[in-house]
Amino acid sequence: MLILECPYCGVMADETDLHGGGEAHLKRFGPGSSDDEFETYLFHRKNPKGVHFERWRHVSGCGKWFHAARNTMTLEVYGTYPAQTTEPPKELVAKIKKKHPEWGGYE
Amino acid sequence: MRRYSAFAIAREAARYHTGWERAWRSPKPKKKYDVVIVGAGGHGLATAFYLGKNFGITNVAIIEKGWLGGGNTGRNTTIIRSNYLQDPSAAIYEKARSLYETMSQDLNYNVMFSPRGVMMLAQTEHEVRGYERTAHANALQGVKTEFISPQRVKELVPIMNINGPRYPVLGALWQERAGTARHDAVAWGYARACSDMGMDIIQKCEVTGVRSENSVVTGVDTTLGQIDCDKLAMVVAGNAGHLAEMAGFRLPMESVALQALVSEPIKPCIDVVVMANTVHGYMSQSDKGELVIGGGTDGFNNYTQRGSFHHVEETVRALVETFPIISRLKMLRQWGGIVDVTGDRSPIIGKTPLGNCFINCGWGTGGFKSIPGSGWAMAETVAKGEPGPLAGEFGLNRFTEGRFIDESVAAGVAH
Repeated sequence: MLILECPYCGVMADETDLHGGGEAHLKRFGPGSSDDEFETYLFHRKNPKGVHFERWRHVSGCGKWFHAARNTMTLEVYGTYPAQTTEPPKELVAKIKKKHPEWGGYE
Repeated sequence: MRRYSAFAIAREAARYHTGWERAWRSPKPKKKYDVVIVGAGGHGLATAFYLGKNFGITNVAIIEKGWLGGGNTGRNTTIIRSNYLQDPSAAIYEKARSLYETMSQDLNYNVMFSPRGVMMLAQTEHEVRGYERTAHANALQGVKTEFISPQRVKELVPIMNINGPRYPVLGALWQERAGTARHDAVAWGYARACSDMGMDIIQKCEVTGVRSENSVVTGVDTTLGQIDCDKLAMVVAGNAGHLAEMAGFRLPMESVALQALVSEPIKPCIDVVVMANTVHGYMSQSDKGELVIGGGTDGFNNYTQRGSFHHVEETVRALVETFPIISRLKMLRQWGGIVDVTGDRSPIIGKTPLGNCFINCGWGTGGFKSIPGSGWAMAETVAKGEPGPLAGEFGLNRFTEGRFIDESVAAGVAH
């Protein structure tokens, strides 16, 4: 079972206490944007084999949204961090890079 | 190719089965093909078969990183039905279902198509309205389905408890000519027929790159070297996003795990397929007597081919409530497959931003039932360079244009 540490309340939350929210750090587009921009924002996803930055909500706990870095091939969790950011923390990216030198990094 | 027949069985029995030949060849790749199909699952092989049968294109290679039919083709619950709400979906799934009816004869390979009937239970008022609507839509589309009463459900499936405490059965959407088939046999039958037409099926050959010149595809790099082609067809389900990245474009798709399980074998007790979408469970009985059970998808991106345990619990709980007699059965095996799910839960068939490169993916949880129809439509798209009437609505551009084929609401969870 997937276990993520909620960065707000500190609980090691089981998968059943959480709700997945899909890819993190999407660039949002609003009124006046082009069809292509809307398509990218609404539908295009990285869907990587490997390191994935994603949103989770601690639904059966504190109810807060947070972010996690997880490997989609091994289900290994690299870390979690609060949602108030538009990109993953540099330390976390460095930590993953150190572990998987072949990983292309966050773009 | 030697034909399979009752006579062939008698002939081989008389000579200790020494005369059976291999069902398909395993050749080394040539330098160049007219069409290279990536992915030798059901959809890839069906695409190759109809390229040869309908369009006479036989200089074709089907390359596969694992073994033939070793992905989702062998990991599904073998259900075949076409009771979809939207016109384009009903058209392609009904085409597939009708091709399944004669597949054993067409391929000279017994795929054990069993049109035993599929019933989708309505267990809330909302579902009753939804399925009545679907039955009306199907009548207009020429797909034979009907909405049946709880009494008729009980007649068809005596072991079902239709007065369950949480979700009593209020009726069901019933498709009499839907059913199941032997999943591996579908891949094997197509492979044998393709090999017989002179196509090369190359297993254990992984694509590592896509070659192009002036935005037109020229070939692929593989673990067995470079293979050139005039046209490239990507038919790789859950790995489509990965392959698209090599070709330089992105897909409106995410990969998640969907799991299934089978029980120990028991005597025949249920001769239709039952799907209960409200409680996330569906069940049928295989010819070996095992109950084949499918559940829901996990809610996060996943390539691990195994699902979360709590989904097994949810599925089994729902089915025990619906079928009390299975409460003491042991489950023998559990497995997961990676399904490629698009934003509107409908597949993608058509052209890509790269010239002469075509894609067929996003079948999500509806892959097995659509194999012949998908292959038929994809073959037409590849041969003509433009999607035909079956594939037309399923192009990638529907996401830019907001022209969705919204089945996620229509069909509930299980497809």
